[in-house]
Amino acid sequence: MKLDDHQQAMLAGAEGPARRAAMEQIVKVGRFFDADDCVAISQVHLMADPEALGPSGVDYLESLAVMPLAERRVRVPSITDPRGVDFAAYKRLGQTDAMADLERRATAAFEALGFMMTNTCINYQSVIPPVLGEHIAFGDTGSSIYANSVLGARTNFEGGPSALAAALTGYTPRYGYHLDARRRGTTHFEITTHPKDLAEWGALGGLVGRAMRSYWEVPVLSGIAGPVTSDEIKQFGAALASFGSTPLFHMIGITPEAPNFAAVFDGPVPAATKIGRADIDRLMDSYRPKDDKLDVVVFAAPQLSLFEMRTLADHLNGRRINPNVALLATTSPDIKSACDRMGITGSIEDAGGMVLSGVCFYQMYARDIGEANGWKRLMSNSAKLVNILGGYGYEPILDSMSACVESAIAGRIVGAKS
Amino acid sequence: MSGTRVYIGHPGPGVKVTAEALVAADNFSARYDLDLTKGIVSRPQHKLAGQSYVGKILILNIAKGGVASAWMLRDMVLSGRTPKALILNFANPIMAQGAAFADLPLIDRFDVDITAAIKSGETVTVDPAAGTLTVTT
Repeated sequence: MKLDDHQQAMLAGAEGPARRAAMEQIVKVGRFFDADDCVAISQVHLMADPEALGPSGVDYLESLAVMPLAERRVRVPSITDPRGVDFAAYKRLGQTDAMADLERRATAAFEALGFMMTNTCINYQSVIPPVLGEHIAFGDTGSSIYANSVLGARTNFEGGPSALAAALTGYTPRYGYHLDARRRGTTHFEITTHPKDLAEWGALGGLVGRAMRSYWEVPVLSGIAGPVTSDEIKQFGAALASFGSTPLFHMIGITPEAPNFAAVFDGPVPAATKIGRADIDRLMDSYRPKDDKLDVVVFAAPQLSLFEMRTLADHLNGRRINPNVALLATTSPDIKSACDRMGITGSIEDAGGMVLSGVCFYQMYARDIGEANGWKRLMSNSAKLVNILGGYGYEPILDSMSACVESAIAGRIVGAKS
Repeated sequence: MSGTRVYIGHPGPGVKVTAEALVAADNFSARYDLDLTKGIVSRPQHKLAGQSYVGKILILNIAKGGVASAWMLRDMVLSGRTPKALILNFANPIMAQGAAFADLPLIDRFDVDITAAIKSGETVTVDPAAGTLTVTT
């Protein structure tokens, strides 16, 4: 792996131990993927919630945070994914002071490194969306797949340690989705139906994701009639990246690198796997339990956009959630502020719901808060969330936002078909 | 050398280790599939559900899911409740980044399906620098 003089100097420790460790991380990963060299990146999005970090991860960050300013400050604009604790709500959710303390320590360390605490996974909707061809280091599967696919920017999944290395050096190894050759389509899906709502967009993403055999497979979808909205394609991509391990898709006629088949496939167009109405119904039905017991309704993963928050508030306005069911919605701190100002938060809270700021449900000790509140049956319109929580002791159900809201009000599962 | 089988993959991070294999053709995510406190596979649908991976050479198909594994592997190694090595048909960058950060031995990209080539309970030596798995029977 070729390094220029500046990168060599950092690796040799000329700019301190933090940047040396960062270059070591870059070289180890670059060699594993046979990268020729590094690429300069323009922004970093870092995932490092306290549950994922663990105490040892927070100790590591604090060891960097006490270094001299010149050795520890990030080199490019660097922002954060959702945190694990909303300090305004953690006690009501049954989170512990130990969790909150870990959160405080991690946040203080990141601030000392120069991170901007945006605490959002929808930075592509709410902070600075990257543009076509821009090399970046994004660290949330949902933000990565959206940036690559919908915006045409270039990133691999940069897990916390590697996103941190990118922030401290301004570089990442040039492999994978930074390269033209890796961005070509490999697999073809013909979609013969149109998803009816955000839950179904997620279900479609889940179906494609389940068919993915590795990180390097690039699915190409044809047959989808545009236009598609940002929230729809966000749910699709987040589910695809969660069920699979997939950072890039192309949608013919919709995403910027895929105006037609010739733009994404070398040679003949591969035979298509068809995905239709019955496949979406089957995936959604696979999560439906035999009885209608319900504990909690969650809107998260990804955090809700301002438009989704508005829609949720309209569903709930003037109504009352059943006292035996909790309803949570997570969004970014910036969108939460806007919702406060616009009366959206008030509509949701007056109905008995909770609006959580700067967190996302599965990144906030979901297993522990489920146990603390006796939550098992969980309903959501996020296929990504439903996919994740199966491993966290929940019995998740996937349905539309309106079915979720009606269920929360009824105090039992009333599906869209009921 | 009868009774010895060698499989060649792509070199990765970590040092040489020997231990018992724990194998499934299922995929792998530290966040979605494991209970890191108990050191067991927790996802009910996973073929290894309920089994301890601690001290084993964990051999699975491909890396799936979220980015949290990149942090979690180091915490897992420091806690001592860790597999001795992670062997996959295909790692993704998250596993590679996490293994590099944790110095957890990792090899992938074999010329065979490694989950079919090795059985649970076999003794396996992992040499990440050489990219080899050696099974002694």
